[in-house]
Amino acid sequence: MNERIYIYKRYERFWHWSQALLIIVMMVTGFEVHGSYALIGFEQAVQAHTLAAWALLVLWAFTIFWQFTTGEWRQYLPSLKNVGAMIRYYTIGIFTNAPHPFRKTVAQKHNPLQRLAYLALLAFISPLIWGSGIFYLFYGDWAKFGLDRSLSLAWVATLHVLGAYMITAFFFIHVYLTTTGHTVFAHVKAMITGWEEVDERH
Amino acid sequence: MSSYHRRQLAAVFWLLGHVLLAHAAPQEPPKKQTTADHGKLEALKGPFKSGPEVTQACLSCHNLAGHQVMKSIHWQWEADSPTTGKRLGKKWAANNFCGSVLSNETRCTSCHAGYGWTDQSFDFSRQENVDCLACHDTTGTYRKFGTDAGHPLYADREFEPMEGPPGKKRFKAPDLTRIAQHVGKSGRANCGACHFNGGGGDGVKHGDLDSSLQNPPRELDVHMAKDGPNMACADCHTFNAHQPSGSRYAATAKDRHGLDLPKDDHDRATCESCHGSAPHRQARIDRHTGKVACQTCHIPEFARGGVATKMLWDWSTAGRMDGDGRPLFIKDGHGHLQYSAAKGDFGYGENVRPEYKWYNGVVHQLAITDKLDGLIDEQGVLELNRVEGSAKDPNARIWPFKVMRGKQPYDPVNRTLVVNHVYGDDDTALWKNHDFAKSIQAGMDYAGLPYSGRFDFVETRMNWFITHMVAPKEKAVPCQDCHTRSGDGRLAAITDIYLPGRDTQGWVDLLGGLMIAGAIGGGLLHGGIRIASRRKEKTK
Repeated sequence: MNERIYIYKRYERFWHWSQALLIIVMMVTGFEVHGSYALIGFEQAVQAHTLAAWALLVLWAFTIFWQFTTGEWRQYLPSLKNVGAMIRYYTIGIFTNAPHPFRKTVAQKHNPLQRLAYLALLAFISPLIWGSGIFYLFYGDWAKFGLDRSLSLAWVATLHVLGAYMITAFFFIHVYLTTTGHTVFAHVKAMITGWEEVDERH
Repeated sequence: MSSYHRRQLAAVFWLLGHVLLAHAAPQEPPKKQTTADHGKLEALKGPFKSGPEVTQACLSCHNLAGHQVMKSIHWQWEADSPTTGKRLGKKWAANNFCGSVLSNETRCTSCHAGYGWTDQSFDFSRQENVDCLACHDTTGTYRKFGTDAGHPLYADREFEPMEGPPGKKRFKAPDLTRIAQHVGKSGRANCGACHFNGGGGDGVKHGDLDSSLQNPPRELDVHMAKDGPNMACADCHTFNAHQPSGSRYAATAKDRHGLDLPKDDHDRATCESCHGSAPHRQARIDRHTGKVACQTCHIPEFARGGVATKMLWDWSTAGRMDGDGRPLFIKDGHGHLQYSAAKGDFGYGENVRPEYKWYNGVVHQLAITDKLDGLIDEQGVLELNRVEGSAKDPNARIWPFKVMRGKQPYDPVNRTLVVNHVYGDDDTALWKNHDFAKSIQAGMDYAGLPYSGRFDFVETRMNWFITHMVAPKEKAVPCQDCHTRSGDGRLAAITDIYLPGRDTQGWVDLLGGLMIAGAIGGGLLHGGIRIASRRKEKTK
């Protein structure tokens, strides 16, 4: 019998799924603003994209508060320990039905590779996309702050799009990796119910 | 419920009802109040037999008006460009329509704000020759006759228009006395009588000015619509001592002044004069106003009122005769003159999408005396009025234009445009004799300009900025008409900016595409191997 642990708390699940929704909206509308396709119209796309951005900022404000008050922020501290084991698992072990080298606990819900990935997202892609996005959003105010001479819209937009491609690539990898639990939907189920079944074979 | 509460509730409903009703049925604007009934004035008893007689009667009270008008471009047809210093106005500016006023006065000056400019000897200092009625008739019956140098008919006349259906038509002389007794503020029809017919016919020249604006529906012109604010031309083109505001030679391409308050200069010929510089509900749209003229989004097409505008005029083909040796006139299915032996080939447009250019208010308008050296481009095209501006120019905004295509005579030896004597009952006028050699020689002789005796035809372009026929806001150009990858986006010709939705840098899309393909492909591959290896395990 597998052990069940309550790993994702209610706020965390709300955060995850509302953030997922907002990011999907921003991906779809963002690439329309970029001109990759025409779906709902440029004006509507810009409006939805902007609205979703503000909504996500608000969500993040609450989430940062939540991370620090609950101490959950420690989940994102990187560690190189066992990274090699994780890489070996994903490249070999997973195909030979080897046991997962990482055992999820409430105190450590991310495996070492996940920690690194989320940290990269937080430390690199996130500043890139938010920074360029904020400058993009306030393009009309550049002159007020004398930024119009030193900034170019082409570069701000290009960096923003670069960030968007990275997030989109991350999104697809992230969605694929949800299928690598002990059953295909185990991780998704855990993120919905909060309860994760932990493999006993450890 | 106490009676106090009932009364309160009744009051609320009463108020609510009033608010709702007030919105449902806007109050009629108050009738224009005037303090003088011109019909009762002794000076206007008449009877008047000529235009100048009426003018003298007007001047007996309005004793400054004559000299005010005589300072205006409506009278002088000549002005120094405030931006380039060049002498322009109808007398000097080159165009690719009929050409020059010189030697064609009696026809052209049917739109002069005066009487009797038949030739160069016209005395511009005689105030009784100012035409008050053209602008101030409120009966709608005053007409300057097309070929009488600004005079109306003084007796009924039989006349056969050159390009109309064959046969004489009877033209009625207006009742000057009645008109003089019913003068008032200029309405749309007064200005329109000339400005709707620029270039010799309805809608020919401007593209955004034609007779459909006399009584336009809201769709066509949101300001002048009867079921809207019902504004007159002069509500924006405010006059100060008979000087009109708004100019083609010195347009306010970017109005930094904004709202025109009573303390200001009473020049309201910009959108910003009434709407300010941040008129949109969304700040994001307001941010366009520094670089995009209001007209660019709010006039999606010109010639929208059912009147076609001329887009092409090729003089070089003029002169063809039919089988009987009579001048040939061909009309198209819409009744538009497609070919005229007098004028050549025409092209028309309705609901035309403008072309867009940077424009900072400076226009390099060619004069008929200018040398063309270095002005004809590699394609052999001469731009008669290049507009200045670029993305870097802080005074420039993106403006909509009607670009008129022409092909017209010039002197290839002296390299100047020429004065073409087109109109007149003589043996040189082109429209009568169909011979360019004679008509150009006569025109140049008349103007006193050097002419080599040789002529050829040059392709020309002329920019007419579009600023009338403002559509209701819900009909404004949608964002994706410009913000689009599509090659025929409205701003495809504006290449010195980064336009979101249109522009991108190839490398970022390539890199991004590879990242996404790698993510999806990697997942598929990894998942595929997982499935395959699981199967093997099971079969074991």
